[in-house]
Amino acid sequence: MKREKKVGLAQAKARSTAAAATVFLIPALLLITIFIVYPVIDTFVISGFKWNGISSDRTFIGLDNWSALLHDEMFWKSFKHNLIVMVFSILLQIPLGMLLATFLDAGGKKFNIFKIIWFLPYLMSSVAIAFLFTYALATNGGIISSLATIIQGKKTTIDLLGNANNALYTVIGVMAWQFTPFYMVYFIAGYGNIDTTIYEAAVIDGATRWQYLKHIAIPLLGPIFKTACTMSLIGSLKYFDMIWNMTQGGPAGATELMATYMYKLSFQQFNMSYGSTVAAGMFILITAIALIFNKLFKVKEDY
Amino acid sequence: MAKENVKDTDYRAAKIKSTIAWTIAIIFACIMLVITLTPFFFMIMNSFRKQFDMLQQGVFHLPDPWHFQNYVTVITNGFFGYFIRSVIVVSISLVLMLIIASFAAYPLARMDFKLNPIIYAIIVAMMAVPMHVTLIPIFKLTQTLGFYDSLKALIGPYVSFALPMSVFILTAFMKTIPKEIEESAEIDGCNRYKNFFFMILPLSKSGLSTLAIYNGVSMWNEFAFANTLLISPQNKTLPLALGQFKGEHAMDIPMIMAVLTLSVMPMIILFIIFQDKLVKGMMAGAVKG
Repeated sequence: MKREKKVGLAQAKARSTAAAATVFLIPALLLITIFIVYPVIDTFVISGFKWNGISSDRTFIGLDNWSALLHDEMFWKSFKHNLIVMVFSILLQIPLGMLLATFLDAGGKKFNIFKIIWFLPYLMSSVAIAFLFTYALATNGGIISSLATIIQGKKTTIDLLGNANNALYTVIGVMAWQFTPFYMVYFIAGYGNIDTTIYEAAVIDGATRWQYLKHIAIPLLGPIFKTACTMSLIGSLKYFDMIWNMTQGGPAGATELMATYMYKLSFQQFNMSYGSTVAAGMFILITAIALIFNKLFKVKEDY
Repeated sequence: MAKENVKDTDYRAAKIKSTIAWTIAIIFACIMLVITLTPFFFMIMNSFRKQFDMLQQGVFHLPDPWHFQNYVTVITNGFFGYFIRSVIVVSISLVLMLIIASFAAYPLARMDFKLNPIIYAIIVAMMAVPMHVTLIPIFKLTQTLGFYDSLKALIGPYVSFALPMSVFILTAFMKTIPKEIEESAEIDGCNRYKNFFFMILPLSKSGLSTLAIYNGVSMWNEFAFANTLLISPQNKTLPLALGQFKGEHAMDIPMIMAVLTLSVMPMIILFIIFQDKLVKGMMAGAVKG
């Protein structure tokens, strides 16, 4: 008798826990379903139709859009651009961010002003950065061209955004300007999380600040380093705002990315069904690359 | 005696080495400072020039004369409306998002139920979904709901896309609050709901404030949803104001620079006030990676 009652109590407790959990979780799950899960599924559904996004008639065409996507040179070209952006983002933003964070961590509070100024670009919206750099890198009155004119002593123009050969690399540079501060703060937080007793122990053992950083702190940042790479990877594969406002994928498709291509198709040419196919293709590629990256760089979670 | 000397030179060599290292580091830091600041300098200096002074005076000269008219024109031409609309959308979305995220994080961090790990995994996986994949269906959805071209249209997507990251960080944060606090509250007669509102929520304040800063910045700057879901100028938010002004004053670069300056100022001021919170909150988020 007594035992039965105990089981009953445990069950009742479990049931009330489940009920409470449901109440707390419902709003979040509902919103995520409506605005993330359902739209992702719907994007795949729309990709099976021929539809302009406005008229009510849409015809089912099966996998036609998908076979078109497989042979779409522009899509694969923009995917290649995304990969270039991804590689350079990881190679530029993360090491630079880490370098700045290391400098700030070694310097302590007296370098606070550096931290504040270095962080400023991240506060600007991508749209504002796009407009600012459109003019700041212009051939006429831009910073680089003006500087070149002063150095050369005669009127010199360096076309950074209008030249299809280097426009993508210019954009990569502007992206580094924008996002390095984010990784800087991320690594500052990482350094801050390392137990101070570890530093004290290292100092007692006679380590200099540099030895501590090189042999203890930086190796301890491993997992954080991996997360930063994953964020940079996903971020550069879905990049859109700044390019859209700066070059719209131009000149001659030199800076076209998957997202700008998708946006152009859907909201300028109103080919929403094919736009959805590009979006769905983008989703598959990003997920695949992120999963592969996570498999390749499995860092031990417990440290 | 000889031994002492060796130690002395060793020490001196180390000292010289460290001085050289610091000199290089400081030079590098100053170069980074210049790279960071030059575009801001370009923006602010040009915003105080007359339209045609920009090309005549060159980039590296101070404005002559200082011309404040650009700011007056921008402010009297509807800038304030864009600003207010952004404030409205961001504050409503942010408050809703923080409430809903902490609701969701509480059971995930504190309650033991069968579906817990699965629901957590699903929510965390949503972080990787690019918003562009959802753009067309959400565009359709807002039209069906009659929200298209109104500020209401932005709130759902803004809240939903900020949720996964926020739930992830808050769950990690709430796990660090000692269990004993809840247990003793339970003995005093608090149920789960009371526990949440009077114990867990107040103790999560620092986590919530970082999330507010981060998501506030990204919602304030959000472009793609706003550009797709809003069409009339009287409904547009601040990031779209830049394009609107550029359309009207394409050749007047100093005017555009004034718009840019005005749109980043609020963020810079807020950052300078709250910068310590930002790093501390990121530390909470970075623990688990």
